[in-house]
Amino acid sequence: MASRKESMSTPTAPMVSTSSGATLDSPVKQIQIEGLVVLKMIKHYQEEGQGSEVVQGVLLGLVVEDRLEITNCFPFPQHTEDDADFDEVQYQMEMMRSLRHVNIDHLHVGWYQSTYYGSFVSRALLDSQFSYQHAIEESVVLIYDPIKTAQGSLSLKAYRLTPKLMEICKEKDFSAEGLKKAMIGFEHMFEEVPIVIKNSHLINVLMWELEEKATVADKHELLNLSSSNHLEKSLQLLMDRVDDMSQDIVKYNTYSRNLSKQQQQKHQYTQRRQQENAQRQTRGEPPLPEEDISKMFKPPQPPPRMDTLLIAGQINNYCQNVKEFTSQNLGKLFMAEALQGHNS
Amino acid sequence: MSVYGPVVKIHPVVLASIGDSYERRNEGASRVIGTLLGTVDKHSVEVTNCFSVPHNESEDEVAVDMEFAKNMYELHKRVSPSEVIVGWYATGFEITEHSVLIHEYYSREATNPIHLTMDCALQSGKMNIRAYVSAPMGVPGKTVGVMFTPLCVKHKYYDTERIGVELLQRTRDAPNASSGLTSDLCQVGKAASRVQDMLATVLTYIEDVLSGKQAADNSVGRYLMDLVNKVPKISAEDFETMLNSNINDLLMVTYLSNLTQAQIALNEKIVACSAEGRCALSVCSRAQGNCNRRADHLLGMASAEQSCSSFHQQHCA
Repeated sequence: MASRKESMSTPTAPMVSTSSGATLDSPVKQIQIEGLVVLKMIKHYQEEGQGSEVVQGVLLGLVVEDRLEITNCFPFPQHTEDDADFDEVQYQMEMMRSLRHVNIDHLHVGWYQSTYYGSFVSRALLDSQFSYQHAIEESVVLIYDPIKTAQGSLSLKAYRLTPKLMEICKEKDFSAEGLKKAMIGFEHMFEEVPIVIKNSHLINVLMWELEEKATVADKHELLNLSSSNHLEKSLQLLMDRVDDMSQDIVKYNTYSRNLSKQQQQKHQYTQRRQQENAQRQTRGEPPLPEEDISKMFKPPQPPPRMDTLLIAGQINNYCQNVKEFTSQNLGKLFMAEALQGHNS
Repeated sequence: MSVYGPVVKIHPVVLASIGDSYERRNEGASRVIGTLLGTVDKHSVEVTNCFSVPHNESEDEVAVDMEFAKNMYELHKRVSPSEVIVGWYATGFEITEHSVLIHEYYSREATNPIHLTMDCALQSGKMNIRAYVSAPMGVPGKTVGVMFTPLCVKHKYYDTERIGVELLQRTRDAPNASSGLTSDLCQVGKAASRVQDMLATVLTYIEDVLSGKQAADNSVGRYLMDLVNKVPKISAEDFETMLNSNINDLLMVTYLSNLTQAQIALNEKIVACSAEGRCALSVCSRAQGNCNRRADHLLGMASAEQSCSSFHQQHCA
């Protein structure tokens, strides 16, 4: 097997920016991405993802101590065409085999997905990430937000399922009792892992060259003042989710009302039974046989709580994004005010 | 720079990929080769993707794994059907005779392939990214040779790519070649400080001109005029109203999102309690449903107000 001929210094230095200091109780404490992976993801969405389609791909890399290093990636074709006989697994196997020939790390360590305004908390994502994390303990899902990136700064987040959620998914116990036992709230579904971007020295040289040769005019999108479009869309999505949420709550309400009605009916039935039995005893007749109450009154199906949890998580995500956006825009507005102050 | 042939536009992802495959080359190999994918235009060739192809090179022979190249191309075509083979690349500074052979092979795959070289060993202290196209030369009828003529190389970025590259540029300054991702107001602060730096440069130039140290340049003066006039002159009251309405919108949206977050947290607590005691639940849940509906209503009003205020702004400005 060929050795990796590059002069990357052993990355034992601490990361430059840290998250809120909360330690994650998971095997992966930090993600290290190479610049190449970032560029590939950007290109993939740019070329194949127009029309708010979600693009996905596989991440390759290796695990070093408590760090997950992502060194390469390859995109997944879309499912839109009539490729009924298209075998995803085969595509993946072929790709990884070929990449191994050119000494690219062929270990599957996760997957990436693009998102539309931050809406990615869905059943599909949960299932995929669960199967990944079940097979490979350290895998992550990278969420790339192209719209936010186009507004001025790269938006890349890495998520893993919390161990509590993994337990629940394993047992497939999605009822309210199950969730309460594990004490899962919507904040404890995903944990975010901090990302660090690291480039080898050769790539750094390339960066210097690009800076020198390709001075593309900086468009300063980050200082753009217009915000209403983005806010409208975000609010629209938020409204839809809140609608879903209220429907869910109505369902749960009816369920609990049915349940309590049923309890009452059961109670009444047993009471009546007892009364009758007492009467019969006074009359000297044999008591009626005890019937199985539970067979007569079938308990109503409790609605699954997993969807509610997902919706709550999604709403939370939208709110976070909106708040971040508004805080940035407030700053920009005050700057614009200062600029006007000079003039007037 | 010769103007014969098309202009070659390269995306940064291709260069990073080539650098990466150079770092991962086999023991004993002095250079790596691979296929370039992209689109061909009337006057230009845009290279958007590439993959490396294993090959063996020795003094007198060269062997390229063509099966592999074909396979990889098929796989890539599944993802981006619009990309075609436009040429090939090799790391290194010179064009050897083996390159001619390999170029011949690629001529079969693509019409007029381009050959890209990138010097990863930094022989001349720089990376020297060059592109060539082959042209036949020689006396017709007798031995015909092949000449590689250089082409004009341009770097092309998508907007998002540029932003990504900007982030990657930060790693070259960090001591251990790594950098994290910032968020929120830090980014606006950074962008603002960049503009500040640019303004400082312009200011020093102006002061030099004023004090006579530098000769005044008319074109630069015109740019400066444009710059100063770009700040729109709006009457103070109009600006106040615009600013206030914008700030109000943003604050309202922040308030609503906080409200919604509190709402869902509350909902969860109630459901958690309800798993035990069902009696008081129905009342609470009904109240919860009402709150949610009101939040929904407020959000609807908010987005309507958004569109109104943006409409209003467009008419004001």
